[in-house]
Amino acid sequence: MIDLQNICRHFQMGDQEVRALDQIDVHIESGEYVSIMGPSGSGKSTLLNVLGLLDRPTAGTYLLDGRETTSLDDEELAHTRARKIGFIFQSFHLIPRLTAFENVELPLVLAGVAPEVRRPRVQELLASLSLESRAKHRPNELSGGQRQRVAIARAMVMQPAVLLADEPTGNLDHISGAEVLAAIEGLNARGITLLVVTHDAEVAQRARRHIRMRDGKVVEDAT
Amino acid sequence: MLLLAMSIGVAAVIALTSLGEGARRYVADEFQALGTRMIIVIPGRSETGGVSPGMLSGETPRDLTLSDALAVQRLPGVARVAPLVVGSAPASVGALEREAPVMGSSSELMPVHGFVLARGDFLPPGDLSRDTAVAVIGNNIARELFPGREAIGGNLRIGDRRFRVVGVLADQGRMIGMDSQELIIVPVSAAQALFNTESLFRLLIQAHTRDDMTRVRDATIEAIKLRHQGEEDVTVITQDALLSTFDRIFTALTLTLAGIASISLAVAGVLIMNVMLVSVSQRTSEVGLLKAIGATRGQITALFLTEAILLSVAGAIAGMAVGFGVDWVVGNIYPSLPLNPPVWAIVMALVVAILSGVVFGLMPARRASRLDPVAALAGRR
Repeated sequence: MIDLQNICRHFQMGDQEVRALDQIDVHIESGEYVSIMGPSGSGKSTLLNVLGLLDRPTAGTYLLDGRETTSLDDEELAHTRARKIGFIFQSFHLIPRLTAFENVELPLVLAGVAPEVRRPRVQELLASLSLESRAKHRPNELSGGQRQRVAIARAMVMQPAVLLADEPTGNLDHISGAEVLAAIEGLNARGITLLVVTHDAEVAQRARRHIRMRDGKVVEDAT
Repeated sequence: MLLLAMSIGVAAVIALTSLGEGARRYVADEFQALGTRMIIVIPGRSETGGVSPGMLSGETPRDLTLSDALAVQRLPGVARVAPLVVGSAPASVGALEREAPVMGSSSELMPVHGFVLARGDFLPPGDLSRDTAVAVIGNNIARELFPGREAIGGNLRIGDRRFRVVGVLADQGRMIGMDSQELIIVPVSAAQALFNTESLFRLLIQAHTRDDMTRVRDATIEAIKLRHQGEEDVTVITQDALLSTFDRIFTALTLTLAGIASISLAVAGVLIMNVMLVSVSQRTSEVGLLKAIGATRGQITALFLTEAILLSVAGAIAGMAVGFGVDWVVGNIYPSLPLNPPVWAIVMALVVAILSGVVFGLMPARRASRLDPVAALAGRR
């Protein structure tokens, strides 16, 4: 599913070269549930961005579904993101002017899916996340947990193979966080590959495989 | 802010062009009111080819006389000739006296000039040189000099001569600077005697048909040249020439006004660009998100461009409302000014508005599409 070989990502900060990712080799099978932990600046977010095709590695190869991605152009990357990868962010990143329904619908609109196909798919997803009554509400009328569940619905609406979650519970209280984790774990149970970046050891412990990073290197990879 | 700028631009285009058009049509209508198929002979040669009657009535090398008028009358293609002597004289009835413009002419003046009578008769037809003491007066003159009684049949003293009122003019408003309500018309020879002059102010000629105009004009020049010892010392202008000259002047004026107004549209365009740039930087994280969920550069560009165009179209529509509003207000203050913005101006204003939306929206839209998704998601540019 995901095959990182010798991935490096270097940033130039003034005269200094920062090695955010330093020769990473990771292999993740389809359907795995992986947590990525590490202190700030350890490179875990950069790793997630590279995995999500938002950032290009400086060196190395990244095979997604057996396909080399480092040589794709922006257009192809956008299409691959749209079809294979779902994102969940710590700060939800919902568009405040759109309702929950419209936020979830957005990836389908961008992909050019016909309205009559969009509608039932969005409705079904919102129902599966117990959000059907909130469909017409804007993000500012929703609780944190509801917002993150809308974001999950948006990530899932294109039926991706991989779900990348960057501190999904970071802005939530304990109960909402548990709901959100239950929701994404439910998706994982149905076969989606789930990667969660987190600070929270409790959250990380729920994953079946734990990757620990420090200074751009994988220091622990345990199941 | 942006909408305001755009609407001011469009409103300016609409209001200014309709003012220009209105002025043009006002003048055209005035000349149309002069009567059709009209040729005007002015004493004095204009070398400049200018058209302002005031400018041309300066020096008169050789007078235009009644016999010139009679000669022109005999030319082929000429339907009617009305000589014109114009002056101002005190008019009185008993103790009532006022100064009034006096026009000396013939019975032909009515059809040539298009005068309409309220009641009574116009000047009697007949020999131009015969000095009948009759007068046709304007409505206001009749009211002021014959208060409370019928003017027709009454006696009127103009200068040191007595006239019998035979007709009263209908109110036709102003006809190129002559208010028909304030006018006294007497036979041409009476006016000549009154102002102690042999020369005519103008000779108005009406051709049989529109096609005769050029022929009549050339023949008139020839005939008068012959009578004036071979010197071409008159200026002959046709209504068409006059009209087309004014048309050109006012079209140029309208275009100039439109140009000025277009500058304000361009300013509005720059404002659009700024607003869009601000909007892009405010929504950096949204752009990042769009990229994360698979929006391509083209889609993001299209999104922001659409927004810019929608904004400018909304501004344009608001501006059109304001422009028409201004027209309506001005039209109420000056009812005689026909105020309608030309269609091309409306179309141009809309096209320029949309175009500036595209042109000035393109740069911010491209900037948005080129944002780095990782940095954008973090809210950094």
